[in-house]
Amino acid sequence: MALKHATPMLDELEKGPWPSFVSDVKRLAVKGNKMCEDWLGLMELSFQEKEGHWKHGGIVGVFGYGGGVIGRYCDRPDLFPNVAHFHTMRVNQPASKYYTSDILRKICDIWDAKGSGLTNMHGSTGDIVLLGTTTDQLEPIFYELTHDLKMDLGGSGSNLRSPEGCLGMSRCEWACINTQDIIYDLTQEFQDALHRPMFPYKFKFKSSGCPMDCVAAIARADCSIIGTWRDDIRIDQDAVSAYIGGEIVPHGGAGGARKDFDIKAEVIDLCPTKCMEVNGKTLKIYNEDCVRCMHCIRVMPRALRPGLDTGATILMGAKAPILEGAQLSSVIIPFIKMESPYTEFKEYVEKVWDWWMENGKNRERLGETIQRLSLREFLKAVELEPDPRMVNTPRYNPYIFYDPAGVPGGWDHDAVEYRKRHQA
Amino acid sequence: MYEEAKDKIIEYVKQQKKSKLYFNDLCKAVPEIKMMQAKKVVNELITEGKLKYWSSGSTTMYMLPSEGDVAKEEEGMN
Repeated sequence: MALKHATPMLDELEKGPWPSFVSDVKRLAVKGNKMCEDWLGLMELSFQEKEGHWKHGGIVGVFGYGGGVIGRYCDRPDLFPNVAHFHTMRVNQPASKYYTSDILRKICDIWDAKGSGLTNMHGSTGDIVLLGTTTDQLEPIFYELTHDLKMDLGGSGSNLRSPEGCLGMSRCEWACINTQDIIYDLTQEFQDALHRPMFPYKFKFKSSGCPMDCVAAIARADCSIIGTWRDDIRIDQDAVSAYIGGEIVPHGGAGGARKDFDIKAEVIDLCPTKCMEVNGKTLKIYNEDCVRCMHCIRVMPRALRPGLDTGATILMGAKAPILEGAQLSSVIIPFIKMESPYTEFKEYVEKVWDWWMENGKNRERLGETIQRLSLREFLKAVELEPDPRMVNTPRYNPYIFYDPAGVPGGWDHDAVEYRKRHQA
Repeated sequence: MYEEAKDKIIEYVKQQKKSKLYFNDLCKAVPEIKMMQAKKVVNELITEGKLKYWSSGSTTMYMLPSEGDVAKEEEGMN
């Protein structure tokens, strides 16, 4: 069946080695999906003219919610009437994205019937993104999602965004915290912030079970909750010997069956703080110098494991480059136990939000507010003491003064009086 | 609840030249209350239909509702 619009430029995107979204959309279009037909035509026009034809934003939504629906309109409804309205709906994903196939089918059934059938699994925040529906379908879709599927809309706009976590303890032996429980708990606790916008801009929680940080919380989240441990790395010296002797393949076999493992070159010399040494076939770790990079654990997973006194490090302020450049999050709470019901953590979050709401400029992420007003002011607001672990490279810059009130005599001095005592 | 604050916010919005305002802007109408409180006031105004959300997808703003505003938006007039 011929497509309604010729798409020579889009067709080029089907020729590469990778799966093509153009082929996916065409597959729906040839089945008679009119939204997909016009979507292809609109995209082709944009490619030819090198101009976008989507209008930005709108007032559409579902009753009582300030997020989860993003109004999208096409500025050439005369040419492409079936995508004149093409709103996005964000659906809050289950913790760690565990679905049954039955639920996925039901979501797709709803979207085939009431939307374009196009989905994005998942958006970078983690939501299921349902692309393209009309205003009159928003409330019926919301009703079916909430009543039949027991699912809710996710965050958008100046809201708390849908919290996201790694697989955590459900699949991973290195998880130091229960990321699924944390994400579910925070989602339930902060429902109001998720659905009713109040912040200067978006706010994201992301939780990774260990410092490997599989959800890249440190690069993306305004508040990263990253599992760690504060005792010693557990060592099985017999397994260390077996790795050195070539009886166990390093990297869990990811590099193939090898017999040439060199513990000095591949582990000891790559430790960022040089906190390890090996004598013969015995490994020694100076844990006080360990920065939890987990490289050694990744290479020799049967010999080394995270400690048993586990909790989380809380980092704040990551963001992608929009107003300022990209920013990684900074350590604010070096260690917190993170045990249900997470009361201490939630109280801390409330203080953070109070300060950010009062001090943040419009469209300013938390990390930018901290950068503008200083870490010192932020720490005062959240009632935390400064700590060298909050400084990126403390050993390179020993001249760190957090607050003049904390320095005897402050930063000001009387030059005349000084000269009286130092006349030469 | 918050009737006085609600009136102040609506009056403030009516006086502005811009049709869409940020939450921070709304709070300027009620400097005597904390922002968390102001949020509850704004939520009530939304529930009562006296204010409306406008969202770009990344940022949310607030505006006064007008008759047929969804239809106007869909016709490309808003």
